[in-house]
This record gives sequence, structure tokens and C-alpha cells, in this order.
Amino acid sequence: MRVVVDLTRCQGYGQCVFAAPGVFRMPHAESLMYSGDADRDQVLRAAAACPVQAVLVDEDTVLGRPEGPATPHGDTPVGRIVIVGASLTGLRAAATLRREGYRGALTMIGDEPGEPYDRPPLSKQALTGRSATLDTSLPRRIELDAEWMRGVAAVGVDLDHRRVHLADGRAVEYDRLLIATGVRARPWPNPQEAALDGVVVLRTRQDAEDLRRRLAARPRVLVIGGGFTGSEIASVCRELDLRVTLAERGPAPLQGALGKVIGQIAADMQRDHGVDLRCGVTVTALEGDREGRLCRARLSDGSVLDVELAVAALGSVCNVDWLEGSGLAAGPWGVGCDAGCRVFNANGMVRDDVFVAGDVARFPHPVYGYRFLTLEHWGNAVGQARVAAHNMISAPADRQPHLALPVFWSAQFGVNIKAVGVPAFSDEVVIAQGSVAERRFVAVYGHRGRISAAVTFDQAMWLDFYRDLIEKAAPFPPDADMVGRQAEMRPVPAGIAVRAPAIQDATVVVTGDDLEGRRATLLGAHGSGETVR
Amino acid sequence: MTTAYERFLDYANRADPYPLFPELRETPVARQPDGSYVVSTYREIVALLHDPRVSSDLRNLPEIANIRIAPDDAAPQLPPEFIRRDPPDHDRLRAMVMKHFGPPGAPGRVAGMEPRILQITTELIDRLADRHRIDIVDDFAYPLPVTVICELLGVPREDEPLFHRWSQIAVGTNDPTTGSLVERNRRRFETMAQLGRYLDGLADAHLRAPGDDLLSALVTDDEPARPDVLSTAALLLIAGHETTVNLIANGMLTLLRHPHVLDRLRREPGYAVKVVEELLRYEPPIHMPGPRRTALADITIAGTTIPKGSVIVLVLASGSRDPARFADPDRFDPDRPDNQHLGFGGGIHYCFGAPLARLETRLALGELARRLSGPRLVTDPPPYRPTPNLRGPEHLLIDVDGIRAADDPVRPERVLHP
Repeated sequence: MRVVVDLTRCQGYGQCVFAAPGVFRMPHAESLMYSGDADRDQVLRAAAACPVQAVLVDEDTVLGRPEGPATPHGDTPVGRIVIVGASLTGLRAAATLRREGYRGALTMIGDEPGEPYDRPPLSKQALTGRSATLDTSLPRRIELDAEWMRGVAAVGVDLDHRRVHLADGRAVEYDRLLIATGVRARPWPNPQEAALDGVVVLRTRQDAEDLRRRLAARPRVLVIGGGFTGSEIASVCRELDLRVTLAERGPAPLQGALGKVIGQIAADMQRDHGVDLRCGVTVTALEGDREGRLCRARLSDGSVLDVELAVAALGSVCNVDWLEGSGLAAGPWGVGCDAGCRVFNANGMVRDDVFVAGDVARFPHPVYGYRFLTLEHWGNAVGQARVAAHNMISAPADRQPHLALPVFWSAQFGVNIKAVGVPAFSDEVVIAQGSVAERRFVAVYGHRGRISAAVTFDQAMWLDFYRDLIEKAAPFPPDADMVGRQAEMRPVPAGIAVRAPAIQDATVVVTGDDLEGRRATLLGAHGSGETVR
Repeated sequence: MTTAYERFLDYANRADPYPLFPELRETPVARQPDGSYVVSTYREIVALLHDPRVSSDLRNLPEIANIRIAPDDAAPQLPPEFIRRDPPDHDRLRAMVMKHFGPPGAPGRVAGMEPRILQITTELIDRLADRHRIDIVDDFAYPLPVTVICELLGVPREDEPLFHRWSQIAVGTNDPTTGSLVERNRRRFETMAQLGRYLDGLADAHLRAPGDDLLSALVTDDEPARPDVLSTAALLLIAGHETTVNLIANGMLTLLRHPHVLDRLRREPGYAVKVVEELLRYEPPIHMPGPRRTALADITIAGTTIPKGSVIVLVLASGSRDPARFADPDRFDPDRPDNQHLGFGGGIHYCFGAPLARLETRLALGELARRLSGPRLVTDPPPYRPTPNLRGPEHLLIDVDGIRAADDPVRPERVLHP
């Protein structure tokens, strides 16, 4: 039976491990690991025992297409829905549509062959080779009664004729379209170097299988980039007792997401676990031997590393190429939309028939000053998929905003890191509970005197309290009278790097003279999607 | 005029306190005449279980911190058990024993107890072979967990009459109807000291000849101090045999009141997993956690401000019946989806023994359902134990047509009342 744990919800109670120690493991304080496919009785016991009901399994529920004509929703009847992107977001959106009674045709288009699978384990336990297979297929939550087009990419959309064009020349018509194409790993920028045997990225199951096979040969490893994925890969390398260097161009790993203060703690953690951590450096060249195998890396500080494997963990690229020229506000920054997931056209006006959700969606979050966010989080994909699907088949008055606070987690070096809110949206940080020395603590972030985020290291049970404080716009720093607080709470600058949003790169031409005729056009979106510092 | 909470405490309502809960929930956070705050709605209970401004350490109240039991008593006063402590001490003490009980140190320990628990269950039911009237409590629900906790902890089963008395007194001190908070805590300290002295003797013996039990593991571990080991052992001994007995007894009572569920359980042993969870929601043994909590700061919740220093009472059983969280909450429905009940509490004080209680109850109810032939209640409701917080039948008399042999395959039950 397939199983996936919603680690956004998991608080580390460990009840699944007690109930099914052969399936679930909690090898350190709080990080949970599990096999994606396991004995049915054990899995069902664990699912029942979970205090936060975060263990998701195949459901017997068959909720096929109800009988009857297309359901009228809003102003026009919706009889054909097309979802482009058949991973977590697309799957969850489809399930919501059926759960909410959508009776029409449903087409799922996905360029990856095979069934949808869960990605987060791919940079964690899946790489250690402990589980027999890399099967992280997502549980079947609902029978979708959908037409699946797998292994075929969407190459364009015709908004006027409401049609999605496919790579094989076919076209699929829709009444409502959901864009859920997500992101892909940003490749190593130098194509010759990227082509070397031993220079890899990690995003797909195939990438993970390849990386796992390479790690088994016990290479010397260079991880390029100290974000969450890079840090998790370095952690896996140390777990496998491999020599690993991590090169991060900023002052500390995780600094981009969590700021310098917590980044420094992450740096200490990496060094304590034997990672050769080099901060403030970039990789200037990757060199191969005569057979085209990676053998050497050169760093900006002049140092040279003999390595057989380099993992480029440079973040991601939005899968928006197929939308170029479509007239939608899609670019390297993602696909712009309102809080109800309705996509903007190039004029910045919402369309009622095209929706977006998941990693590729760029949406305004009221809690963060209505700023536009893209969130590559499991929990955001799930939450936004639900809202998008609901709104696709709802009358205007029944539409819902996507207001969930971001929550994400990372397992590295034996520590379960969780966060709620947007730590990068802050000016100060304070250790509110626990001990940095023991690496069990809660860090609370403030933005202009209000709590904006919280990060826990092996203290996930407190996270919801801080989520409530953020939602209440509670003052920062928080109340000092708390259990497990340190002697004195001293807020310090969070050390968030100032970044200009990537959307500054958009080149837009406005044409037409009178109000009626004025239109914006987005020029070729092939500019750098990288954030400008 | 008594408050809904005071009526809930009244023994007259012990057999069926549930009709009082809707009234209790009308005021989610209700100030009582004694100044304590009673919280009865799901959302608010969950929030406070995860609120670091709520302390479980009553020593925050000076009148409790100052309690010193008579020095002429040879039994030294023990530090409070970890469920009555806050982080970081709580976390350290809980981890100290978790190391030998569950993940990460001993992930398979509880699951590994299944064959032995099944064996004890089988033996207890075998002993009933020629009986037609059974007291589910005395004959089964009490001896099962006591035997299990004694073996796990390394406490001689034959000492049961001795520690059972201390345990009963200790449990009684959680009952708000038996005196003021100070009086009850003084009584508790005295009783725990005596239990501690008894366990201290055992600890010495285990140090000399360690077994594979928890007490041996704790005394041979260099890290924990002896007083903390004794507090922890006392907690596990009491909790291990005063709670599961009620879950099993409440469970059998509920199954007999819902014969279709009992019948399905008999035919489908795997169903027990869901039955146990729904019991924890619908008829939990713990209606309120024993340790009282206090506010370390003013806490505003559901429009009420709980002032700093106030005692907070969380009525978990009412939260688990909150219609704002559970559809049709007064219906016993093991197939209920998303059963995120409060039977074991939540947050850092989530029941330490939960995995063991689940395992024991799953096996106990599964075997009772399978082996009792034609079980029916003699009296409904049965007589109840006095305590409102720890709630369960004092006795649960049932009549049976007979006991099936342990290796008897399940056959369709004869329909007695078509």
C-alpha cells in the first residue's frame, strides 16, 4: 500500500514509528522517514494512530464522474477542464474537482512518464539507498475518472480558442485551464561543463536514481549551492560517510531563505558533521578528464578540488516556456495570478478561465504586504491546488482566497527544520524557546514590530502557536513568559539579503493611444530568471 | 447556581456526563467560582495544548512550590514527574526514558511486546472458561495492563496490592472534588514519596542484577539522577495501570451498546485499529489531564483573557465531542474519517504510553470480541469509579453463553434477537 506523510502537518509525535517500526523511522529527534510502499496492515495502523492525521494512504473511495450533464458553475457551464502538469499540484486539484462534484471531462497532461510521485524524499532518505526502491508514487486518494496524457508536453495555449497545443501536434479544448507545470532544476550554466559525466542536478525521480547510483560508487562530492536541496544532499553524503565539499556564494548556507543568523547555525551544523563548507565562494570551472568525466573543480578563491561528482543545487527554473507569446503574464518569475489563482494576462488583468497553482504560481499574499510570492513548498502546492480547483468551478461570490501561511520543512544533519511564514520577510530574529547549543530551538522573525515567521529546529510541536501569532499580526518580539525560554530574549538583525524581485526583468511594451486601445505586451521572456541581488 | 463544570464534576453525572458538554461549550473558556478557567471547545483546547505560555509545572504557584512534606517521614520528597514539568527539564526527562521505550533509541520495543500481550490476554480469557458471569474490570481489564506494565517496568507483579493503594491515592489527588489544590498536592507528594521509597529499593536490586526492563535501563544509565528515575518510574507505574483499564472497560461497554460494531470486530480483527481510535474520542478514559496547567502570561483566547497565574483546566473529552470539529459527534462511528481526537492530549505532553495503550486495547477488544459467546450487559449503566478526570466503570458485569477456545475459528454469531 502506498503511503505519503504530509510533513507539513507532522509534529514528530512518532506514533507511526511505534505502530509500524518496519515502515516508519525517526532516527534522530524528529525527522520522519518512511518507505513509500509498505505492508497494508502496518500502514493502516500508523495512519489511524497519527495524532495529526498526516499519514495519507490509498483510499478505497471511488468517486467517479457523477451521472448527468455538465454542472453549471458561475456564468458559463464548465464541461471541460484541462490540467497541465500531472504532479502533486495537478493531482490534488483534480481530486478536489471531483470531490466538489465536478462532473465534466477532465484531462491531465504531464510530460513526465509514469505515475505522479512525491518529490521531497528524493533529496533525503531516498538517496541513502536504504529503501529497496525509489518508489515514492503518490497514494491514490480518489479515482479521478480523468483522461491521462502522460509523457507528452504542452507546447502552447491559444487563449482565444481555449485550446492547449501538445508536442505531438494534438490540441485539447478547455472551458477552464489549470497551469501546474511547476519548476525544473536550474542547470549548471556552462553547457560544456554541464555535459561532463559527473555533473548532475536533482529534481526528478530519474535524477534521484542517477544520483543514488553515483553516490554508491563513493565519489568525492562537490555540492554547488547551500540552499535546502544542496544542504540536504550534503547531509546525505555525510550519512553515507562520503567526502563532500559544499560551495555557497553567500555568507552561510540557508541564508537566502532563513537569514544570516540561522544560516550561521546551519553552517556550524554542517561543519560539525564533517562537511567541507566553503562560503563566500563560487565555482568558476568544472573540468573533465579525457573521457569526459568530471575530475576537478576550481573555486573563485583560487582553490582546486579533486571531485568525481558535482551536484548543481542552484535553485529552479519555472516551466513557463510553453506559455511564451500566449498573452499571459508568465515569465522567469512564474505565472502571475490573483489570490484566487486566476491568471493575469500581460495587461495585469485576471482571466476567469485560466488558473495556476503550485511552484510556478506567483501570487499576492495579504499577510506579507500583498507582495507576490512564489513558494516551492509541498504544503503550498496542496493548499493552492485546492483553492484553484474550487474557484475553477465556483461562481464569483463563492471563490476563495489562498491565504494559507507558507509552511515548509527540511531534514538535514539529523535535525528537522520547519518554518511557518516567510522568514525572508523580516528585519529581526530572536531565539524564543530552546537552546541553539543543543540545536533544539524556536527562532521567531519580526517585520516592523510584527511577527512574520518562525523557524523550529526539532521543536515542530510549537509551530502552530507561532502560526496563530502571525495570523493575528502579534507584536514582535513575542511574550517573554514562556516555557523553555532562554534567560533573556535579545532580538538581533535577521541578516536577510536584500533582493530585487526577478519580475524587474520583465520587458513590457505598451501600445495604443486611447484608453480603449491601450495594451501591454510582454517581450520574449528569455531573460535571466535569476533574482538580482 | 452551579456551573456546568461543577455539575460535570458531580458524581451523579459520572455515568453520562456527555449531555453537559454542549452547555459547557457554550462558554469555550469559562471562569469558575474558584478562579480557574475551564476550556471545553476543540479549537481552544488544541491551541492551549500548543501554547508555550501555558505551564504544566504547578511550582509556578508559590503555595505549591512551598509544600514540604514532613521531614520525619523516612521517604524523601520526589521531584515532580515529567508530565508536571516544563521544557527544558520536561524534554530531557521524557527523552531519558523514551530512549528505552521508543524512537529513536528503541523504535521496535512496543511493537515487539505484541506476542507477550496477546499471550497474557489469552491466558486471562482462558481462565474464564467455565464462567457465565464476568466482571470485565476485575477479571480482565485491570489485570492485563497491570501485568504488562509490571513486566515492562521490572516491578514484581505480586507487589500489586502494595503499589495499587498508593496509585489509587495518587490518582485521587487529581480529582478536584477531593480538596483544595494545595491539600491535594500535599497528599500527592506524600504518596509519591512512599511509592518512591518502594521503587528505590527495587532500583537498588536492579542495579545489582539488571534485567531487560525499563527500571534496569534507567538505573544503569549514567545520565539520570536517582530522584528523577524514581519519579519517572512512579509515573509510568501509575499511568500504566490506571488508564488502560478504563479504555478497555469503556471499550467493552461501548461495543456491547453497539452490537453491530462488536459483530464486525469479531469478523474483522483489523477493524480494532479504528475502533480504538474512535473509543479514544467517544469514551476516553482521560476526560481532563491530571496535572493542572497555569498561565505564565495573560492569554487571550476565544474573547476571554486568562490572567497570568490562573489555573487552566482542559476538558479534552468535551473537545472530542465538539460538533464544530466532528460531524455528528455523539455517534460512535469507527469509520469516521479524519479522527483527530484528543484522547491522548496533544503537544509536548502527548501521552507517553499511548502506543502501549493502543496495542493493549486493540488486542484486548479483538480477543474479547472473538472469544466471548453471546456477551450481554448485566447492568447498564455500570457503577463508575469516583474520579471525574479519570473516568471508567468500577465494575462491568456481563453474562456470556460461553467462552470460545483460543484456536476456535470465527463463525457467524447466532442471532439472539432477530
